[in-house]
Amino acid sequence: MTLATLDLSPLRRGASWHQAEYAFWLVPVLAYFLFPKSLALLSQIAITALFCLSLDLILGYAGIVSLGHAAFFGLGAYAAGLLAKYGWGDPLTGLAGAGVVAATAGFITSFLVLRGSDLTRLMVTLGVSMMLYEAANKLTDFTGGVDGLQGVDIKPVLGMFNFDLYGRTAYWYSVAVLFVMFWLARRLVHSPFGLSLRGIKQNVTRMQAIGTPVHRRLMAIYTVGAAYAGVAGALLTQTTQFVSLDVMAFSRSAELLLILVLGGSGCLYGALIGTMVFMAAHHFLADLNPQYWQFWLGAALVLIVLFARDGIMGMLRRLPALPTRTKKSR
Amino acid sequence: MSAVLQTRNLSKSFGGFVASNNVSLSIQPGARQALIGPNGAGKTTLINLLTGFLEPNSGEVFLMGANVTRLAQHQRVKRGLVRTFQINQLFAEMSVLESVTLSACERLGLGWRWWQPVERHLAALDAATELLATLRLLDVAHEKVRSLPYGRQRLVEIALALASRPQVLLLDEPAAGVPASESRELFESIARLPKDVTILLIEHDMDLVFRFAERISVMVGGALLAEDVPEVIARDRRVREVYLGEILDG
Repeated sequence: MTLATLDLSPLRRGASWHQAEYAFWLVPVLAYFLFPKSLALLSQIAITALFCLSLDLILGYAGIVSLGHAAFFGLGAYAAGLLAKYGWGDPLTGLAGAGVVAATAGFITSFLVLRGSDLTRLMVTLGVSMMLYEAANKLTDFTGGVDGLQGVDIKPVLGMFNFDLYGRTAYWYSVAVLFVMFWLARRLVHSPFGLSLRGIKQNVTRMQAIGTPVHRRLMAIYTVGAAYAGVAGALLTQTTQFVSLDVMAFSRSAELLLILVLGGSGCLYGALIGTMVFMAAHHFLADLNPQYWQFWLGAALVLIVLFARDGIMGMLRRLPALPTRTKKSR
Repeated sequence: MSAVLQTRNLSKSFGGFVASNNVSLSIQPGARQALIGPNGAGKTTLINLLTGFLEPNSGEVFLMGANVTRLAQHQRVKRGLVRTFQINQLFAEMSVLESVTLSACERLGLGWRWWQPVERHLAALDAATELLATLRLLDVAHEKVRSLPYGRQRLVEIALALASRPQVLLLDEPAAGVPASESRELFESIARLPKDVTILLIEHDMDLVFRFAERISVMVGGALLAEDVPEVIARDRRVREVYLGEILDG
């Protein structure tokens, strides 16, 4: 009865697709035609965006800081590579397999990550990823060690689309997987489960006091985040048909954190836009000055953390001309 | 009559400081009971022990006859034992409606649903809007909790607890920091709660306590000093000495 009298449109605004979102997803289509010679780079962007999305789910929504997220990316990458090398070259089931492997590892390590403060979590995630890195380094018979995993043979996608020399199939495959995973994540963050994650990030004490099994929720999202990272890693393996040891490197985890802060955590598009801006900047700055490009990256990071803590998405949201804003202020 | 909430020799100390000393408290179903005592008497510690926010060093807590001493906080909430906080514990970045809906979702067991958006879960939304109407918060339903004046934030604090449909509600100084004009309204909303909800109230304002409570327990130095109906408590010499005396003299 009361419900009928209340205007629910502000609540619905988040869950229904905005015009700007449709426009956003035209970008990968346009990019294909505008930069046909850069498809390898564009595929990398799509893959990193998916990886960044996975960190956004656990950090941006649930507030779990991680400095070792590349562990799951790497596990997925090796899982997909080994599956293909030993005869299971079908890409989609390979992705699923890699996702399951990474999710299992995520579930097991979630017990370690739950307890303690942010600093503990940073160190535990870092420690876990270092151990996995060295394990991959040492198990040369299995992973190829520093030489990388060779002989990854991937079958055509859906039995129809061969991975071609120009990287067309690789590009569309990456973008399609990114889109589907994004769509699922988008449903998740607007659901009651997603709302409870935001609640945990904002006030754990209160969440316990309204009857939420906080630990189990955090374990669930950490597992999901690990699965997402694993799928991203598997995509990299399948599109490049090779796994190098640096899929698990510390620098990959750190860079990912940087990308998410740049884009704006706690917002799915922050992860996507952050990746696009970062990778594009990386590309152009490294062209201009191959040795010192990180200087500008560091400068941008400092400026963002000091003056725009919610990243690029935060700046976009503060633009005065957005229609939802003007409506509200009236 | 069997108690709805009961403690047996509950003790808790922090280092050398005894915050709760052998407390055996018993609250009847539907009671309107107040817990008073000077600052540092251990009232909030007792609430923390009752709800499972803290673990006791010894002693037991019974909720509707069941021993819940080993249960986690969220499990006790599921059994109907709900609290509010002396210092607001809110979801600052959510709207009022979102935060109360979140609490309602948890009560309705929707917290694991990840496919349908929140606003499709009408049972939760309905419960939340109903509560906002009762607490006269509908006009700020879509405002961020952070942006509300303090008095209304206190109401959200209570709304979050009520959305859990408590059988036993522990209110830790609900009117703390609220201007007198608004605390009256706040207590009217508390007084309007269904009679079968048992309420234990911690409060410093003696006017409010004597207006609201049908029974009063007095705590001093971590221990229960007296418990009786308000008229008897008001006349009790020990209580007047250690507690009311302070106010009368001061």
